Amino acid sequence: MADRSLLQRREGRAAYLFIAPWIIGFLVFTAGPMVASLWLSFTDYSLVEPAHSVGTANYQQLLADPRVAKSLANTFVYAALFVPLGTVVALALAMLLQRIGRASGFFRTVFYLPVMTPAVAAGAMFLLLLNGQRGLVNQVLGWFGVTGPNWTTDPAWLKPSLALVSLWTVGGSIIIYLAALNNVPRQLHEAALLDGAGPVRRFVSVTLPMISGALFFTIITHTIAAMQMFDQAYTMFYGPQQKSTASDESLVYMVYLFQNAFEFFKMGFASAMAWLLFVIILVITVIQVRVGNRFVYYEGGSTR
Amino acid sequence: MTTEVRPVPPDTEPAPQPQAQAAAPPELSPAGRRRSLGVAKVVRWLLLVVFSIAFVYPLVWLVSASLKPKSQVFDNRVVPETFQWSNFVEVWNAGPVLRWLMNSGVVSLMAALAVTFSSALVAFGFAYFRFRLRGLLFGLVLATMMLPGAVTMIPVYLIWHQVGLVDTQVPLWANNLFGSAFYIFLLRQFFLGIPRELFEAARIDGCSYFGLFRRIALPLCRPALIIVFIFEIQASWSDLLKPLIYLQTEEYFTMPRGLKQIVDGFALSGEYHWEIAMAATLIATLPMIVVFAFGQRHFMEGLATTAKQG
Repeated sequence: MADRSLLQRREGRAAYLFIAPWIIGFLVFTAGPMVASLWLSFTDYSLVEPAHSVGTANYQQLLADPRVAKSLANTFVYAALFVPLGTVVALALAMLLQRIGRASGFFRTVFYLPVMTPAVAAGAMFLLLLNGQRGLVNQVLGWFGVTGPNWTTDPAWLKPSLALVSLWTVGGSIIIYLAALNNVPRQLHEAALLDGAGPVRRFVSVTLPMISGALFFTIITHTIAAMQMFDQAYTMFYGPQQKSTASDESLVYMVYLFQNAFEFFKMGFASAMAWLLFVIILVITVIQVRVGNRFVYYEGGSTR
Repeated sequence: MTTEVRPVPPDTEPAPQPQAQAAAPPELSPAGRRRSLGVAKVVRWLLLVVFSIAFVYPLVWLVSASLKPKSQVFDNRVVPETFQWSNFVEVWNAGPVLRWLMNSGVVSLMAALAVTFSSALVAFGFAYFRFRLRGLLFGLVLATMMLPGAVTMIPVYLIWHQVGLVDTQVPLWANNLFGSAFYIFLLRQFFLGIPRELFEAARIDGCSYFGLFRRIALPLCRPALIIVFIFEIQASWSDLLKPLIYLQTEEYFTMPRGLKQIVDGFALSGEYHWEIAMAATLIATLPMIVVFAFGQRHFMEGLATTAKQG
C-alpha cells in the first residue's frame, strides 16, 4: 500500500512537469491578463500615462458610443449571413462529393485550396473581383442579365461582400461534413429505404441526426470566429488611408476594438469592449449548446 | 530500452477511407427510378463543376492579373493580352518582399515547432497520467478555447511592451511555447489511442516517463504531430492581427502585414498599381499553396479527425 502511494506521488509529480508549460502559459498569458484586462476596463489607460480609475465610465461609454452598437450590429449581420449560408453551402457540396465517390479526392483539393489563401490576400483580390464597375463577379452576373451592386462601396453591400469572401473559404467545413457523411452506416439508409422513406425523409431522419455532431461543432466554431472577424474587414475597408467620413457599415466589432486599443490608445475602453464581446460570445454559445443538446445525436452515448 | 515499437496507428486515427465505398446511396434506389437517376447524375456533376470553377477561378484570375499591365488588370481575361513579367520585379520596389517572406517563414516555423512540441508534452501529461486535478485542469484547457483573444490581447501586449520585445517577432510565436488548447485536445485523443500495455512494458524495462513520451508516444503519433504542425504553419502565416499590433518597422513585417502595407500605400498615394498589389498577393499566397501541395493528406486527415471529435 505504501509503495502504491509513493508511485502515485511520483506519477503526480511527473504529470505536473509534463503539463507545466500549459500551466505557466495559462497563468502568464490567460489568467493574469484576464484579471489585468478586467482591471483596465475600469481605468483610462493610454500607455503613456499611468492608469486612473474611472469607475464604470467605460461601460457607460459602451452604451453611449453609437459606433459600439453599430459595430456590434454589423458583426451580427455578418455572422447571420455567413454562418447559415456557409453551413448550407458546405453541406450541399459535401453531399454532392459523397455521391460521386472516387473523384471526390480531386474536388476536395479544389474546394480546400481557397482556405490556404491568407485572409489579407483574399481581401486584396476580392476588392478587385467585387469591383462594381469592372469586377469579374459583376461581369459574370451581367451574363445572366443581373446588374451587380457596388459590392465594395455601396454601404448596403459591404457586409454581404464580407460574407461572400468568407464563403469562398468554407472548404474546411466541406471536408468535415464529408468525413461525417462517410461515417453514416449504410444499413441505416437501407433500412429507411425498406421502410419506404424518400430522399427528403432519409435526409431529415437519417443523415441529419447522424452528422448533427459535426454540424453542431462547425456552427459553434464558425459563430465564435465570425463574432471575432477582423483580418478581412480590416484589409478590405480599413487602414491608414481610411477617411473619417467613410461609411461605418463595414465596421465590425474587432476592427473598432483594435482601433480603440492600438490607434486611439483608449486601452481601458477597448478592454471594456473585449469583456462585452466575451459575455456576448458566452451567451450565444450557451444558447447554441442548449438548443444543440436537444438535437445532437451522439453515437453510443456521449463522446465526452 | 531497446524495444523497437512498430508504428501501430492508434484507434482515433482516421482510417484512409476507400473512396469507392463512400459512394453509397445511389444504387439503393429501386429500378423504376433509373431514368431520373441519370438526370440527377448530370445535375450533380454540373453543380460540382460550376462550384469548382467558383472556388478555383479567383486564384487563376489572380495569377493572370499579376502578369498584366496596369491598364488590363480589370479586363478579366484568363490569358493576359500582354505579359508584363516586370510586375514581379517592380514588386520589390514596393517593399522588401523577400525580407517579408523570410520573416513569415521564420515566424511560422518557430510558431509551429513551438506549438507542436509543447502541446504534445502537455497532451501526453493529460493522456498518460492519472492525477488529482486532471479533470479540473483539462476542463480549464477546453474552457480557454471559448475565450476571445480580445480579452487578453491588451495585457499581453503590455507584457511584451514591458520586457521591450514590441517591434520584434518574438511575440508572434513565443506564446506557442506554452501549448494551445485545441492542439492539446487533439493530440490527447491520439495519445489515448495508444494501448497502455506498450507504456507498461517500457516502464518495466526501466524507461523514464520522458522516455515513454519521446520513444513511444511521439513516434506512434507522428501523423497527428504533422497535422498540428501544418495547421499552425498555415494559421501563423496568414495572421494579420498580431503583426499589426506588434510590428512597426517595415523590415520586420511578415508577408501579410507587408501586403497590407503595399495595398495601403497605393490607396494613400491615390495611384493604384493593382498589378503590383496582385503580384504581392500571389507571392503571399504561393508558399501556402506549396505547403498544401505537400501536406494535403494531412490537412484532410486533420479535418476528418476534427469531425469525429465534434
